Formats: sequence, C-alpha cells, structure tokens
Amino acid sequence: MTTAFTPGRRAVLLGAAGVLAAPGIAGAQPAAIKLGILQPVTGALAQDGEYGRLGAELAINEINNTGGIKALGGAKIEMVFGDARSNPEGGTAEVERMNGEGVVAVVGGFASPICLAASQAASRYDLPYVVDVGVSDQIVSRGLKNTFRFGPGFGKVTAGALDNLVTINDAAGKPAKTVVVVHEDGLFGSGMARLMNTELPKRGFEILETISHPTPARDMSNIALRIRALNPDLIIPSSYYAEFVLLSRTLQQRRVRPKGIYCVLNGAASNFRFVKEFPDAANLVMDVNHWPDPRKPKTAELRRQVEAQGRFWLYNTPLNYSAVMLVADALERAGKADRAAVIDALAATGGSFDRHVMPYGPTNFVNGQNQAGQAVNTQVQNGDIKVIFPADFADARPIFPWPPA
Amino acid sequence: MPSYPPEIVAEAVLNGLLTGAVYGLVALGLTLVYGVLHIINFAHGALLTMAMYAAFVAWQVFGLDPYVAILPLVPLFFVLGYAVQRLVIMPASRGEDSNILLVTLGLSIVIENVMLAIFRSDTLSVQVPYAMEVVELGPMLLGFPRVVGFGVAFLVALVLFVLLTMTDTGRAIRAVAKERTGAALVGIDVKHVYAVTFGIGTACLAVAACLLLPFFYVNPRVGNAFVLVAFTIVVLGGMGSVPGALLGGLFIGVVESLSGLYLGDSLGQIGIFIIFILVLLFRPTGLFGAKA
Repeated sequence: MTTAFTPGRRAVLLGAAGVLAAPGIAGAQPAAIKLGILQPVTGALAQDGEYGRLGAELAINEINNTGGIKALGGAKIEMVFGDARSNPEGGTAEVERMNGEGVVAVVGGFASPICLAASQAASRYDLPYVVDVGVSDQIVSRGLKNTFRFGPGFGKVTAGALDNLVTINDAAGKPAKTVVVVHEDGLFGSGMARLMNTELPKRGFEILETISHPTPARDMSNIALRIRALNPDLIIPSSYYAEFVLLSRTLQQRRVRPKGIYCVLNGAASNFRFVKEFPDAANLVMDVNHWPDPRKPKTAELRRQVEAQGRFWLYNTPLNYSAVMLVADALERAGKADRAAVIDALAATGGSFDRHVMPYGPTNFVNGQNQAGQAVNTQVQNGDIKVIFPADFADARPIFPWPPA
Repeated sequence: MPSYPPEIVAEAVLNGLLTGAVYGLVALGLTLVYGVLHIINFAHGALLTMAMYAAFVAWQVFGLDPYVAILPLVPLFFVLGYAVQRLVIMPASRGEDSNILLVTLGLSIVIENVMLAIFRSDTLSVQVPYAMEVVELGPMLLGFPRVVGFGVAFLVALVLFVLLTMTDTGRAIRAVAKERTGAALVGIDVKHVYAVTFGIGTACLAVAACLLLPFFYVNPRVGNAFVLVAFTIVVLGGMGSVPGALLGGLFIGVVESLSGLYLGDSLGQIGIFIIFILVLLFRPTGLFGAKA
C-alpha cells in the first residue's frame, strides 16, 4: 500500500508547490481552462464514445488533482462535453457550441467521419483539434493547421499488420496459405477488404473469398456455413463489436476452427467484455489495434480505476487519456490558454511528453500526425489480452497456429 | 454466382426458416396492432429492445434462464402494453389516427433513450450453457437456441390463433378489427379491446426477446434491426393477418438466408426489400390480407 501511495502524494505535493510558486495569484483561483471533449455517446457508436469520455475524465481529474496547469498558475481544466450523436453533423454542431463557450481545444471524435467534419469545423475558428481514434489517412492530409493525431493512421496500422502477419506466419513455418476475408460493408470494413485483396496475394497468401455483411447484422449462420465449406487456414475479419462477437460465436458453434483469426482494428478482439463473456470464442484471436503500453505502471493504475467503476478496459480510454494529457502538456509549454499558442505548442511536442500511456516512441508531429504513433499486435490468451508484437512492448509470445481443439 | 453443394443450400434454407420464425413472432405483434387499431406502431422496435433488457435483467439479477423468463415477462409486458395504450397512446392521440403514429414514434425515442440512460450503451449478452449446442441433422448443424425459437414461435402463433377464434375476447378483438362502430353499438368496450390488443402485441415481443437473447445481444438500438424486417413481413403476409405474419416471416427468413448465401450478406438484404416493393406493386393486400 505504501508504494502505491507514494507517487500520488509526491504528485500532490508537486502540484501544491506549483500553485505556491506561481506568481501573482494572491490566493485567487485562476480561471478554469475550458477543454472541449467530443464523443458520440448516443447512437450507433455510443459504447466507444462513453469509454472515450471516461478516458478524458480520468485525465482531467488527474490534472486537476495534481495542481492543474502549473504554467497558468495551477488553473483547473473544465470539461465542456459534447455528444456527437454518432454522426458528422452532430460532431460539427457540438464544435460550434464549444467554440461559442470559449474552449481552448477540442479532443475526441472517435469515428473518422466525425473527426473529419469536426476538425474542419474547428479549423474555421483556429481551434486546436486533437483526434483520439479516427484512423482515416485523410484526417491529417488536408493541410489543416489545427488538427493533430497522436495515434496511428490507417496506412501505418495496416502496413504494420501485414508485415507482422508475415513475420508470425514465417516464424511458425508458414502454416497459413489460404485466407477468407470477412468485413462489414461500411467505409471501414470495405476499405480494409480492398487493401487485403491487393496486399495479401503479394505476400504469398491466397484469398479464397471476401464476404461482406451489413451493420447491424442479425445472423452470421450463412457466413459460418460458407467459411466451413471453404475451409481457409486464416480468417481475417473487419467488423464492429456486436457483429464480430456474433461471428466468432457462430464459428465456434458450427465447429469452424481455422489455424488462426487475425483481425485488424477489430471492435471486439481488444475488448475485455468479449474476452470475459465469451472466453472460448475469444481465445487466441489476434488483433492489430490501439493498445496501451503494458509495461507502464500508469497503464495498470488506469485500468484499476476503470475496472473499479465496473467498466471494461477498452483502448478508447487510454487513447483519450493520452490525448487530453497531450493538450495539457501543450498548455504547459504555451504558457497561456490561447488557441494559436496551443497549436504551435502541439506542433512542437517532442520526446519530453511522457504523461501518456501508449506504446509509442518519442513524440514527433509532422503535419499534425505523430510519427511515433503505432498499433500493436494483441492476442487473447487464457482470458487476458496480451501484446505479442512489436517485441519492444510485448508481454507474451504469439500462439500460432492454433493447437487442435 | 458461386455454386454450393446441396447440403449447404439445405442448411441455409433451414437456418432461414429458424430465423424467420422469430422474425414472424416480432411481426405478429405488429400485424395484430395494425389489424385492430389500424395504426402502425413505430414503438414496436423500442418495445422489443425493452423486452430484451427485461430478459437480460431477469437473467443477471434473478438468475432466470431466458426461456424460463418467458413466464413472468409475458404477463408483465401484457400489462405494460395495456397501460401504454390506455394511459399514453390513446389520451395523447385525441382520437386522431394520424396522431397515434407520431405518439408511437415519440414513445420509441423516449424508450430508447431511457434504456440508454439505465443500461448505458454497452452491448450486453447472456451466457447460457446451451448457447453453443447444436442439433445435428445429418451433415447439418443447427443452433439449439434457434431450434427452440422456431418451436416456441409456432406455439405462440397457435395460442394466438386459438385465442382469436375461440374465446370471447378474441371474438371481440376481431369484431373491433372489422367494424369499430358496430362493435361499440353491440356493447363491446372498444377502448378496452384496443388496449388488450396492444398488450398482446407487446407480450409477443416479450416471448421474441426471450428467444433471441440466448443467441443474440442487446443494446439500446437492437430492436431496429428486427423491426424493419417485421414491417416487410406484415406487408407481405397481409396487414393484420396472423398466419400471414408467421408464413411471411418464414418466407423472408429463407429469402434472406439464400440471397445472403449467393449474393453475400450485404447485398442479400436487397432480396427482402425487392419483395417488399413487388408485394406493394402487385399484391398490395399481401398474401393473406383481405381487400380493403
């Protein structure tokens, strides 16, 4: 217990020292800095949005409990929350409102279409916008000075995913040759399927079939049936949470057992709810996704806080925690709660920013994209989600091909 | 178009029938309410969501198996449906049928958001030991919960048929459906019959919810996935027809399954809506509907 308390107390003392050291505040509490947190908490993406908000809240509470923004006299951060209602119009409307309320920056968005629209709206007011998840490569290629993304984009995630698949397969003696791609038929799943269809044959895999399904899907029996008939070595699914859970349970029920299931940016395979509720269907599923650094003590602490609230540990929470910390870091360096100064400070973020929990190297923004942002390979192993790649951050070795049932 | 061995096609057809029976059950409540009250109940999907949450709570809090939960949930949802019609929809519509449409739409938004507030947005599912069981039929594997769903859906349709044809309440419901003013003149309490009908429709949803939960999930918007299909089934089977809803459900289930197999699950949905348009064009009364 003592060791657990020490950093907290030290941080509080540091914070208190910061407040005392700040000049010219003479007992008056400096005005709170308003920070816009944009998440879809109603509609189709509500689950992701809530876990994103949770991460932002944890970061804001931590900042405020450890002395606020020291460069601004210990000013507290005040959250201005906006519900993007799971669509770009909702996101835009909330950015307009946040701008009216005088926020210094906006963090979040979750889905790429929301991030694209909301960051564009923010750019009209030179309002800094930090994307939490949205992976579309378009987000940071429009030349918007106000838009930053700490996490990786689609191109980087998928390139890593393909390389790592080859590495894992080669290391196991190339057991996988044939693939069935299953994808949801929206922008995300279809884009992924197209990429797999061009890239996998170059890497020596044969794609037996590409199967699309709608979201929401009511039934996966047919897909399981077709996969059983095709009998591929590897299944590569790109679907959202509920559909992937349905698919993996149906596969299990119909006794379809490939040599591996390899997901890319999957909604379920890096989600502890799935792992806890359906341990058999989830076991050994691999995913390439955002995931916090398992070696950082802060990661375990955040996870404990989230689980103490009866919530599950999802990547949205650490990503949003880190994105808010990034803004706080920029405020410290900017020394004023001014939008233009914060944009400059964000762009100049370097390796000194270490209050995040992601498995990234030293931060380095080029045109708004953090070059160090990367996804990692995870695998569900006996009820836990382990990082199996890259080796620098891994806490387990891949289990591939699957042992016989 | 890919070609599949016959046992795969046969399994797809059977899967379609099994799923279609539950679709039919959802459509049953919708068609009954339409047949008697002449309103399209836009709250149907939200009420299904609510029933699924009720079954989830019965499982999580009281440890009731979803199939056992049918017993308490059916009377509970009957009373709920009765009360909603009697205390909300009827007073709020002030005798105008067009208002009812808006009231049910508003109700669906309220229910959906209350569910979101209570249960939050997480996708929830129950874990029951038989969820992964299969019934082996030669080379075919049929999910056990779906086989149960098929059987119970037929049983409910049968009970409903007996209720409508052989009891006084059923006769009163049919009388109101055919001729509201005439029924009122011979002393039938039309308001009561309306509420009873709405209650029965809601009770059907409670059964459907308990049948779906072992192999599906629940989130605040889950009902929408089923209700659009249910509308198509109601149109196909004939607005207001009980056997039409069930047979329409089976038919749509098979169409969905086969078009999913041959066209892919994304494009396969198109089969359902092509049928919807064809029926509206060539047989607007549906398969079993009486001429308006």
